[in-house]
Amino acid sequence: MSENGNLFLRNLAGFWKTFRQNKLGLAGGFLVLVAVLVAVFAPALTDYDPSDIIRDANNRALTFAPPEVHGILGTDDAGHDVWSQLVFGSRISLVVGFMAGFIAMFVGSALGIAAGYFGGAIDSLIMRITDVLLVIPDLPLMLVLVATIRQMELKISPLAVLIVVIGLLYWTSTARLIRSQTLTIKERQFVARARAIGAGHWHIIRKHILPQLMPLIVANTVLILSTAILIESGLAFLGLGDPTKPSWGTMLNFAFDRSAISNGAWWFYLPPGIAILWVSLGCILLGNVLEEMLNPRLAAHHLEGEAGMIAIADVESKG
Amino acid sequence: MNQTPMLEVRGLYKYFPVHQALADSLMRRPHSNVKAVDDVSFSLARGEVLAVVGESGCGKTTIARTLIGLEALTKGEIVFDGKLVNAHSQQPHIGLKQLRKRAQMIFQDPYESLNPRATIFEIVAEPLVVHGMIKDRKERVAAVKSALDDAGLRPAEDYFMRYPHELSGGQRQRVVIASAMVLQPELLIADEPVSMLDVSIRAEILNLLRDLRQKRGISIVFITHDLSTVAYFADRIAVMYLGRMVEIGPAREVLQNPQHPYTKALISVAPVPNPRLRRERVILQGETPNPINLPSGCRFHPRCPVAVDMCKENDPQLIELKQGHQAACLLVTKS
Amino acid sequence: MNNGKPLLSVRGLTTEFTTPEGKIARALEDVSFDVMPGQTIGLVGESGSGKTTTLMSLMRLLPAGGRITAGKVMFNDTNLLALSEREMRDYRWKSMAIVFQGAMNALNPVMKVGDQIHEAIMLHNLMDEDAAEKRVKDLLEMVGIARTRRDQYPHQYSGGMRQRAMIAMALACAPDLLFADEPTTALDVMIQAQVLQLLREIQKSLGLAIVLVTHDLGVVAEVCDSVVVMYGGKVAEYGTADHIYNEAQHPYTQKLLEAFPDVSKPGDTLASIPGTPPRLTNLPPGCRFEPRCHLKIEKCSQVNPPLLEVSPKHYVSCILREGAEADL
Repeated sequence: MSENGNLFLRNLAGFWKTFRQNKLGLAGGFLVLVAVLVAVFAPALTDYDPSDIIRDANNRALTFAPPEVHGILGTDDAGHDVWSQLVFGSRISLVVGFMAGFIAMFVGSALGIAAGYFGGAIDSLIMRITDVLLVIPDLPLMLVLVATIRQMELKISPLAVLIVVIGLLYWTSTARLIRSQTLTIKERQFVARARAIGAGHWHIIRKHILPQLMPLIVANTVLILSTAILIESGLAFLGLGDPTKPSWGTMLNFAFDRSAISNGAWWFYLPPGIAILWVSLGCILLGNVLEEMLNPRLAAHHLEGEAGMIAIADVESKG
Repeated sequence: MNQTPMLEVRGLYKYFPVHQALADSLMRRPHSNVKAVDDVSFSLARGEVLAVVGESGCGKTTIARTLIGLEALTKGEIVFDGKLVNAHSQQPHIGLKQLRKRAQMIFQDPYESLNPRATIFEIVAEPLVVHGMIKDRKERVAAVKSALDDAGLRPAEDYFMRYPHELSGGQRQRVVIASAMVLQPELLIADEPVSMLDVSIRAEILNLLRDLRQKRGISIVFITHDLSTVAYFADRIAVMYLGRMVEIGPAREVLQNPQHPYTKALISVAPVPNPRLRRERVILQGETPNPINLPSGCRFHPRCPVAVDMCKENDPQLIELKQGHQAACLLVTKS
Repeated sequence: MNNGKPLLSVRGLTTEFTTPEGKIARALEDVSFDVMPGQTIGLVGESGSGKTTTLMSLMRLLPAGGRITAGKVMFNDTNLLALSEREMRDYRWKSMAIVFQGAMNALNPVMKVGDQIHEAIMLHNLMDEDAAEKRVKDLLEMVGIARTRRDQYPHQYSGGMRQRAMIAMALACAPDLLFADEPTTALDVMIQAQVLQLLREIQKSLGLAIVLVTHDLGVVAEVCDSVVVMYGGKVAEYGTADHIYNEAQHPYTQKLLEAFPDVSKPGDTLASIPGTPPRLTNLPPGCRFEPRCHLKIEKCSQVNPPLLEVSPKHYVSCILREGAEADL
């Protein structure tokens, strides 16, 4: 299958060529890439563990030490190094955000395709569920769910609970989008042709519907990631994070709880906020640009090759 | 030679329900239907080309889609090679999947009928994949190559890894034809295969279809609105108006000796590429009525230039005028 | 052919496009023809031949990236290419109006058809509201639409009626010249015949000149007095309808006619032209038709053929034909 491999490389090279010219997309990609690299190489970026307590010469904990006194970003109320919290916190924020985003994407795409392709009762059922989920305010619902699940004292890590709850509640917009797109694609002639050849549903979905949806799914996933990271930060800020594994949201929660603001400890509450903004902005820029670019029909110029079609033909003809 | 007709259509009806307003369905008003195909029967011999001609809304595309099972028929029977197309029948029957292995469809719009994200190889090989035929990779490549060759895309290998948007309209239609021919079908249903192509390309595609037919002896149902194309291509012509066949017969006979007033009008307005031959034209006024509320009696009478009173009451049936030439008009009698 | 003064005289029109990749596409090269008052001239060609670009150049409505690099377009005694954009706006619709391809999309779906025609009249301050209102209804009647349908929306019209409404809109300011870009392409044969008949009737009653752009040789044969056959952005052949249909000299015109199926001659074989029209970004150095031509000689791939006058008012761009270089 080396031909296919080459083709993929060719496509990738072409993709990079266009992508490179888009400044916003490059900026978004840079922001996301930096965040991911920080998360991956976290231990190499700091000398301290987030749980280490920094002490001064008299072995007293160094609390609310400004950056001039200690490290890159000073210490918090308990004497933990803020920079290392931020660096290791990126792991938690990104993992929760990415995993929740992927779950949302999978569930949303699968349900969206099923609803759009099969229509009828399946469509009605899925769409009514999304309607219900859309009218219930997300954040309170998640708060209640996360809190309730925690109470049940199941042996699940609090982070897993967060991931699943965000993932399973955040697929509705994806599902609607994918459904409407599927409806359009389903009516296109090449799908009718595939049916006329004798292809079954699974074949049509896999070979004809999914490839058209892929750009949309990819772009949408990147956008969903930003939402998922924001939601995670929100929930963690409200105290639903895992206190033993602080994410950026948890950091904000601590900062707020422990009067970092009244102490003027800006190095404690500003960095996690900026980090959250950094990643979600990156995802949004990247997602928008990808959506624009991955649409093949926007690429060609009308003077290249055949100049459009000559007859518009009777589009209305039902026969 | 096998004497069983390739295809027989008996009393075919296809109604599309009209979406009712909520108020209407609450009032339990009767559901209305678009009568796209309203009692059509015909047969197609092996190796024959039947052209189904008519304006938009006459039901010709619906017939094509119903033949290949893209639309479920409302009433009637489709018999393919002596077997009823219906997997649940008691009589000898053939399922849709089997039918779609032996009958293929070519669509009107070559820009729309190819998956933009599939390579030409994938597109042409797809029928083989779907029907699980020729699993050996080498043989499959050979089959795709010969299909592309036959469709006039040479050298075939150059096209394998290209995408539809890299090809011109004519080339795309050739890909569609290659993909339809790769299973070596016995019946081809071509729905306006050239109406969206440039004139010079059009002739090439028509010549290609004609060659394939001569070489392989496949039967073709050729759907078109263009009588001039038909003149060149078909053995027999069926003219449709508002869901009915109004005239059917050998191509030459229908074109040179049309009997139904609608056929006469259609032929008279077909453009002739010579200004010295500007003829007397019968231009029908108004437009085809809406197929929800059909006119009473003969459905053509409101636009018919020669209609008389009885046309408003009696719905004419096809009557045989000459060997194989039938028309549905009250004013036409056997010669 | 009319020997009077032409209403519109196009000389050496050359139009280029810059593609987003920065390539130059020569969409039109040295296009010349005359439109006589009250005459119908057909611009025929396949997709990419430059026929629509010619229209857009004449109206000076080229899309972004396009510009006219040479030529003259004389309307009566004014060179349209020398006018400012403001002055040109005055000519559009008042002197020359256009019926666009695809009547489905050219009408605003949420505006009443009558209002759209009314708008076209009022934009040019030709008359007061009441007079304009009367004119809207007169125009509708002229194109065969009942006055009562003035207040309907485009979706309540059939395809043929929408095309009629487009024609009514083009006639709103009583132009001298009507451009029609594929006016019948998306329509059924019977509706097509109706629209062509309508064009002929309004031409007769209003004395309009019509430039009909189409790919359909049959349509041209039905209505045109003279014909310009275009290929690859150049004029391949230009002459009266009779010249083109019965004494065609250019190999492309000849093949095109043979490729056109004729209902009056069933069973005829169709000639086909192998290959595809040239890409405008990558034109052959010599004759544009050379790669597909059945008569080509070696010289054809080197020399860009000039337009020759093979008989009075019959011009052909082919080095195999004999004639004086055209004085156009």
